[in-house]
Amino acid sequence: MAISLDFSRSPGHNARERTQGRLLALPALLWLILFFLLPLVIVFVVSLMTRGRAGTVTLPLTLENYERVFTTYLPTFADSILIAVLTTLICLVVGYPLAFFISTRERKWVQQIALFLVILPFWTNFLVRTYAWKVILGPDGVISALAGGGVNLLNTNFAVLVGLVYGFLPFMVLPIYTSIERFDFRLVEAAHDLGANDWRAFWRVVFPLTLPGVAAGCILVFIPAIGAFVTPDLLGGTQGFMIGNLINQQFRGLGHWPRGAAASMVMMALVVLGLMFYAWMNRRRN
Amino acid sequence: MTADYDIELRNVVKEFPTRGSEGALRAVDSISLQIMPGEFFALLGPSGCGKTTTLRMIAGFEEATSGDILLRGKPMQGVPPFHRPVNTVFQDYALFPHMTVLQNVMFGLEMENVSRTEAEKRAKAALELVRLTQFDRRPRQLSGGQQQRVALARALVKRPAVLLLDEPLGALDLKLRKAMQYELMTMQNDLNITFIYVTHDQEEALTMADRIAVMDKGKVLQVGSPEEIYETPATRFVADFIGETNFMEGRLVEKRGDIGMVALKGADCVVEAELGAANPQVGDNVTVAVRPEKITLLRLVDQDDHLHSVPAAEIMAAVERETNKTLVEGVVQFANYIGTDTRYIVRIGGSIDLVVRVQNFGERFDTLFHKGERVNVFWATDTARILVE
Ligand SMILES: Nc1ncnc2c1ncn2[C@@H]1O[C@H](COP(=O)(O)OP(=O)(O)OP(=O)(O)O)[C@@H](O)[C@H]1O
Ligand SMILES: [Mg+2]
Repeated sequence: MAISLDFSRSPGHNARERTQGRLLALPALLWLILFFLLPLVIVFVVSLMTRGRAGTVTLPLTLENYERVFTTYLPTFADSILIAVLTTLICLVVGYPLAFFISTRERKWVQQIALFLVILPFWTNFLVRTYAWKVILGPDGVISALAGGGVNLLNTNFAVLVGLVYGFLPFMVLPIYTSIERFDFRLVEAAHDLGANDWRAFWRVVFPLTLPGVAAGCILVFIPAIGAFVTPDLLGGTQGFMIGNLINQQFRGLGHWPRGAAASMVMMALVVLGLMFYAWMNRRRN
Repeated sequence: MTADYDIELRNVVKEFPTRGSEGALRAVDSISLQIMPGEFFALLGPSGCGKTTTLRMIAGFEEATSGDILLRGKPMQGVPPFHRPVNTVFQDYALFPHMTVLQNVMFGLEMENVSRTEAEKRAKAALELVRLTQFDRRPRQLSGGQQQRVALARALVKRPAVLLLDEPLGALDLKLRKAMQYELMTMQNDLNITFIYVTHDQEEALTMADRIAVMDKGKVLQVGSPEEIYETPATRFVADFIGETNFMEGRLVEKRGDIGMVALKGADCVVEAELGAANPQVGDNVTVAVRPEKITLLRLVDQDDHLHSVPAAEIMAAVERETNKTLVEGVVQFANYIGTDTRYIVRIGGSIDLVVRVQNFGERFDTLFHKGERVNVFWATDTARILVE
């Protein structure tokens, strides 16, 4: 349901009050212009320019950067999308049952402790936790030791996937938990009453009605996953090279700002696409 | 195996574990019921007496702690709700909010793997039956009464052996309630489906049901037709819960066949009433129950102004001829004119106040008494009951 903020039509809002309303919105507006719109425009302009000497940018304007992104670096984008989608799917498959389990605990305090455990990792720095995975997956790590030594899972797409799923699972669990928690389980009884077994009651009633949580969770996982930088950098090495690493490489390693900017713009377009998909799903539901 | 009953409950008990203490809450305490095919059966009782729990055990949402539930002679132990030939109309309807009205009604048929076209046809017919035409609306776009109809259609389309209804009219306003009561009765009659109808509204139960089970604190106190329940309540609770009743405490002083004489407590007054099934002994403390409309007030002969078509002396002579009766003198404490009736409070035996309802026949029949007037209070013995609990 769209909430309309059309003050002009609500009674008692004369011109003076409207001006006051606009004044109140001014700080936020300035903030957005200064820290969002302006940088965006700068990045966009840079993405159309040519690389100068020693990390500078110069004219002429060109589309060559985008061309490179869509040719040379297309595999990186494809890999990143694949990894982000896989991360989202795995988070969903793992997170939904987990959220379901937590939200259906009868005692509130059990739920609270379980949720606390889900967000507990946030209390430690992300970088530190990713290093911990390096230790677990590395040649001298726990997994290697269990397998009798000599197993190195580091610098693979698998390691990146593990790291990303680990890192973003809470973003999937929390919104799904909320929507299951709000779900009226008497509807399941109604479904059972009408002849649906557990499986059909779930797919026809529970899942469709918890889709808002699923959609929110997917978007919350997909967006940071597609832009991930630290995890692929530490766990993926050259194998698990993602868009984030590409952008970093262009800006810092090669000093090629225009190409880095172009890659950034394309990645942003991907995120916007994801958000549009989310909005479309929401619209369809209403 | 007896399949004479659509539903039979044998000593059904349901206990819920109570948190903290080790005891358990007995929501349903050894209930036995036999419900006939095609019957409109009401479960009536105050809030928390276990009506919903009983219904949920029949539907299969709760497992009985002990006892048996039989559906058309088949034990239902361990049979999940989706394999029972019963359907429920939930109190708050429990419609699927993400489906249209039509999809809601079709749901149950799809679960039976009925073909789409067939399901749609039957769903539309069911919706027609409840006189609903907004097939494509979502439940939240409907009024309470319309949602109620969808819930009904959704259950009826399954052609259940038994329909369970949990206070289905509870959320509706009075006028709609009355209309829906009538519709439900007609529908039940036409479709010949057994209804088990939960309500805490005694008037609704009396109006609609073929038989009523009155429940209190998890127990069934009495099962019977509305007339039996009203005219011959088994316990004081039943008499009190259904309709208005005068209760008089006293001691049983004499028994004559199935009639008892009771000396009222704190009053110099003996009244007569029928002995109930409990059959108390002489000397026992008992309660006499008599409905306000069963009591007749008679003008004292010496007060008669002779303006009416039947003189008081003549009426008194007729009353005197009655063998089994209570006839005592009383004083009108209050007279409250309420249109069709006048409601009096009359004191008998110097301290016992009775509510008396007298229909207003008009001047000709001399039914109006004024406050402070001395009157004769009369009731036939078979309209009063002696109760022990
Ligand atoms: N799942 C449950 N867990 C624990 N106690 C319960 C549960 N369900 C019902 N009870 C208890 O069992 C008793 C009977 O409840 P029930 O819902 O059957 O009453 P009811 O007659 O339907 O009342 P109402 O008219 O208020 O709906 C109540 O004391 C209630 O608190
Ligand atoms: Mg109830």
